[in-house]
Amino acid sequence: MPRVEFDEERCKGCGLCVSVCPQKIIALQKDKLNSKGFHPAGVVDMDRCTGCTMCATICPDVVITVYR
Amino acid sequence: MKPVFTRTTGLTDKPFHYCPGCTHGIIHRLIAEVMVEMGILDTTIGVSPVGCTYNNYEYFACDMVQAAHGRAPAVGTAIKRVHPDNMVFTYQGDGDLAAIGAAEIVHAAARGEKISTFFVNNAVYGMTSGQMAPTTLVGQVTTTSPFGRRPEFEGYPINVSEMIATLRGAVYVERVAVNDFAHISKAKKAIRKAFRVQQEGLGFSMVEILSTCPTNWGKDPVASLRWMEDAMFKQYPLGVYRGQELEV
Repeated sequence: MPRVEFDEERCKGCGLCVSVCPQKIIALQKDKLNSKGFHPAGVVDMDRCTGCTMCATICPDVVITVYR
Repeated sequence: MKPVFTRTTGLTDKPFHYCPGCTHGIIHRLIAEVMVEMGILDTTIGVSPVGCTYNNYEYFACDMVQAAHGRAPAVGTAIKRVHPDNMVFTYQGDGDLAAIGAAEIVHAAARGEKISTFFVNNAVYGMTSGQMAPTTLVGQVTTTSPFGRRPEFEGYPINVSEMIATLRGAVYVERVAVNDFAHISKAKKAIRKAFRVQQEGLGFSMVEILSTCPTNWGKDPVASLRWMEDAMFKQYPLGVYRGQELEV
């Protein structure tokens, strides 16, 4: 089962991963703040992740690790 | 299940200080990944510029040197001539390379220095808060062109890749972008090719990478990528300007 991990402390909540995810399963976690004060991105429905790496490729802060 | 995308060892653990959505981070990652994949991380010396990326020596896991504003190609020239067996790259923005450092880049290319330059063009001065750059598009609003850049008053943007490609010492010149998955893959190939040209001792190589500046463009990160495609691609067409026939 493919899986992605977000290093939430590095995330700046820019939303680029949200915009490129073909499965539309990434969202900014509005109920969470990291120590920089950003809402980190996270996966809403991991079961639908295909491990395509598009989120990790566009991420400017190299936050995402993808397993497949 | 195995990891198919992990943070490259070509980058240090230090988090980038760039604004949210700034594509400098993608470009850093690509250069770092190529250095690791080519096995040249231990023998590469990078030259940091002045601008938003002034302290990228903190982020690359190779050896780095900081140059005075615009003088990275001159510093890179010296390093490469003293240490010809080391790989040398400069990382420069458009304020650094196309404005104050215009002379250095032209002459380094004309001399055919065996270094690689990664030129990040986001059409604005980022670090100093969004003033007009030599690469600012006609009509583009910046803090020093509040009515949009007017050619009759502020002149025209400089297409650096086209200019450098006219010099015989420049062996490989390509313009790429980092706006989506396909273009990011192409950008990585171009970065690898630039390093390969240097490794083969063929001459000067430069990759111009179109980048965004959400903060100073006044757009959100996603809209910035769209603006790059819609506006910047017209003024700065992507493609290989020198070295199409090279197979390295």
